[in-house]
Amino acid sequence: MDALLLQVLNGLDKGGAYALIALGLTLVFGTLGVVNFAHGALFMLGAFCAVTFNRLLNLESVVIDPAQKTPWGTPLEVRTPYVEAWLGDFGAFLNDYSVPASIVLAVPVMLAIGIVMERGLIRHFYKRPHADQILVTFGLAIIIQEIIKHFFGANPIPQPAPEAFGGTVYVGEILGMGQTLAYPWWRIVYLFFSLAVIGAVFAFLQFTTYGMVVRAGMHDRQTVGFLGIDIERRFTVVFGLAAVIAGVAGVMYTPIVPPDYHMGMEFLVLSFVVVVVGGMGSLGGAVVAGFLLGILQSFASMNEVKAIIPGIDHVIIYLVAVVILLTLPRGLLGRKGMMED
Amino acid sequence: MFNNPARNDWLLLAGFSAVVLCLPVLLEPIGAAYPALMQKFCIFGIFAIGFNILFGLTGYLSFGHAAFLGVGSYAAVWSFKLFTMNAIPAIVMAVFFAALFAVVIGYVSLKRSGIYFSILTLAFAQMCYNLVYSVLTPLTNGETGLQLSLQDPRVIDAMFIEPAAGLPRVNLFALNISGGGYAGFYLCAVMLIICFFIAMCIFRSPFGMMLRAIKSNQTRMRYTGFNTRPYLLAAFVISGMYAGLAGGLMAVTDPLVGAERMQWTASGEVVLMTILGGAGTLVGPVLGAAVIKYCENIFSSFSPGTLHGAFGFLPDAIEDPIVSFLSLFVGDGWNLTLGVVFMLIVIFLPGGIMEGLRRIRMMFNRRPGNGRKIPATQTQPAE
Amino acid sequence: MSTRNVVLHVADVHKRFAGLHALADIDLQVEEGTIHAIIGPNGAGKSTLLNVCIGRLAPDSGAVVFDGQVITGKQPHEINQMGVVRVFQTPEIFPDLSLLHNVMVPAFAKRDGPFRLNAFQPVWRRTDIRDEAMHWLEDVGLATQSHAIAGSLSRGDKRRLELAMGLVQKPRLLLLDEPTAGMSRHDTNSTIDLLKKFKGRGMTKVIIEHDMHVVFSLADRITVLAQGRIIADGPPDEVRGNPKVQEAYLGGVH
Repeated sequence: MDALLLQVLNGLDKGGAYALIALGLTLVFGTLGVVNFAHGALFMLGAFCAVTFNRLLNLESVVIDPAQKTPWGTPLEVRTPYVEAWLGDFGAFLNDYSVPASIVLAVPVMLAIGIVMERGLIRHFYKRPHADQILVTFGLAIIIQEIIKHFFGANPIPQPAPEAFGGTVYVGEILGMGQTLAYPWWRIVYLFFSLAVIGAVFAFLQFTTYGMVVRAGMHDRQTVGFLGIDIERRFTVVFGLAAVIAGVAGVMYTPIVPPDYHMGMEFLVLSFVVVVVGGMGSLGGAVVAGFLLGILQSFASMNEVKAIIPGIDHVIIYLVAVVILLTLPRGLLGRKGMMED
Repeated sequence: MFNNPARNDWLLLAGFSAVVLCLPVLLEPIGAAYPALMQKFCIFGIFAIGFNILFGLTGYLSFGHAAFLGVGSYAAVWSFKLFTMNAIPAIVMAVFFAALFAVVIGYVSLKRSGIYFSILTLAFAQMCYNLVYSVLTPLTNGETGLQLSLQDPRVIDAMFIEPAAGLPRVNLFALNISGGGYAGFYLCAVMLIICFFIAMCIFRSPFGMMLRAIKSNQTRMRYTGFNTRPYLLAAFVISGMYAGLAGGLMAVTDPLVGAERMQWTASGEVVLMTILGGAGTLVGPVLGAAVIKYCENIFSSFSPGTLHGAFGFLPDAIEDPIVSFLSLFVGDGWNLTLGVVFMLIVIFLPGGIMEGLRRIRMMFNRRPGNGRKIPATQTQPAE
Repeated sequence: MSTRNVVLHVADVHKRFAGLHALADIDLQVEEGTIHAIIGPNGAGKSTLLNVCIGRLAPDSGAVVFDGQVITGKQPHEINQMGVVRVFQTPEIFPDLSLLHNVMVPAFAKRDGPFRLNAFQPVWRRTDIRDEAMHWLEDVGLATQSHAIAGSLSRGDKRRLELAMGLVQKPRLLLLDEPTAGMSRHDTNSTIDLLKKFKGRGMTKVIIEHDMHVVFSLADRITVLAQGRIIADGPPDEVRGNPKVQEAYLGGVH
């Protein structure tokens, strides 16, 4: 029982990441009608925002203090990060919380990137065939990935979680189920974070007039265009929003898996599968399928399961996608008329 | 008004064969006339021709063709390990197993079209890639890659030849294929010409015409009395077999294979080759493959040092920024160049090089009363 | 007259869309070799009926019988191969192929069946198909443009092209969905002549049409649909005088 619960928990944080990426993909696809193969790269860019922020915070002043000696007798180099020097305790706190704090950096950066991308590139592809959209965003994904590789190298760069959330939490104790159920704090944080973002996005779509227009656009783009609403500007904002969602998802994911330049593509392929399973153009479907596939994947990686079907953990998601596509062509919660040719 | 179509096709084939067979001479001036590179041109040319039969004719964009490439390579190496170092059984095995995979994957993926098809093929390819790394390690040797060893049984060879010291080489009877000699190149070149010929037949045949019609209006095809599924599956399997052959030839010229050959980047590369050359044209994909492999060879060998050498005549203040900017694109940054080319082509020249050539020819041909009108879309077979 | 074979029998077909009766209790017989017109005000269910006939829509109940065989539930290409061909209301052509190829493709379907992997025989060697296609292009008056790309045609020309694509299959039953909509008077008349030319000869035609000029110059029998039901069925003169028909066309307005 504990083991099962642990697997569910394990799946939830990954599922959260899938859901967030798939949410953005769906939003862009539903409103703009564009298949964005560079969406994974946006997730990766978010992660590297965290890396950059962390590096900025760790810029140090190096002072050689002749009064102190190292055990080897050489003068001690005293390294103090500038933030700590300038801001004192708050600086140290900031340094510790660099990952969540870098959301502050990531939001404007990702918004800017999203807007530039939409204005500069995606906009010109609304009327082109889907194959062209796939190809051009695929090219863009390669470019973003290679630029990141150029500046940050090919190796994963681990990011620390804030110390307060660094350890494990005994979930079992909280739930009154004994000691065995331990779980990393940060993953729980990620789960709640993703739920919060998803909730915020849905609230935005549900309760603001802006969101209402977007939802109407997803339903019937042409009519909304006829209503005299400046659909172009809203498209830009939607794309920016999707970029921000992917970005913050990437930021917060860094303590779980150290980011490297090709993490985007790995997540993209999976997120596409999530979108397809959930139903193209269905936001709810994207979220449900994200968590579902995350949990499924974590169950498949249990040793007991692997013993029965070796290798299932590597292919379960794809298998599910194939089965879903063949049995429920519109996915779990897909609507009629989306991308049916 | 129209020339004899048969003669035109034979001329095209003869011209193509002449160019391919004379590559060692033709490529001398640009410094690409060594067999290892030229056989790469041929192998990727085959891969791209095959991909084009699917994408160029039917419009179905597969993102999983690298899987067939990998299957072909693994099958060929196993043929070397188990049976004989002769290239022919290896190639046959490669094509056969790729076809087998293509039938299964195609049967399932072709149940859907459009981007669903792209995603399904991508999912299948990723699945194969993941399996190669994990459960199939006994067959694929995982991350290390599959290679020959002295302990291999090689049952057929063992019956006829005394094993020599060291690892045996791939042969075609008396010819030594692996190891970067001209024999390897010519084997690939002949294969490329055969593949080109088959592709030409398909392009000119009613079968090719139906595939084009499916691309143009699939729904109409159904109401015209065609069962489109077997047409698409046939195109998918043929194109998978081409990929398998390319993979087999890779193994024949260099008998070791790693999983990275099956990664999505390899699938993306063949897509790029095809659209760079011109999807739906006969010669385009080969041209695209050659251009990309040539540039890869040139660009990835550049280092900041060579760049400094090239721009040494400039004052340092200008030279350094130029070099540091350009160094983004060369050496390890070759993929970045690839991405940029990819985008530029899709944005500005969706018809690829062939479309560019056609436009240039149009510019010169625009004299009044100059014979035939060139059709508005891509080159159609002469009637 | 009444001794002729019934080639198409729409038997008790019902079709509902979200509670709306698109087709109710349709029972229709089309005799061999005739031109049978189906008319009715907008939304009467004419196109739905045609879609049911070619297998694009499945009826909720009832069946469509062609030549003694039930064709409901069959694949579109199977129905076509039996000899039922439809010409669409919005021209459905192959926009990227030449006119000649547009007509050759259906000719291949007729000759070679629903699937044939003939990859090693060039298209140009099939002179039989080519000549046949050219013949029909001449008949619809498009032969001079046979090498143009079909997507560049005007709408009226596209319709004529599609007519050629239908006729080249020598269908036993040709279903025409407003074949003259969007055509000039001159083109309309030549289309009427063309359709008259193949009257008899074992080809039965069902025409949906708004243009009464076309209907009354072609039809041997007219069925009038209104709100998914047949309200009149008979020879043209009889239908013309039927008060119910006049009511259906005018009553809704005034």
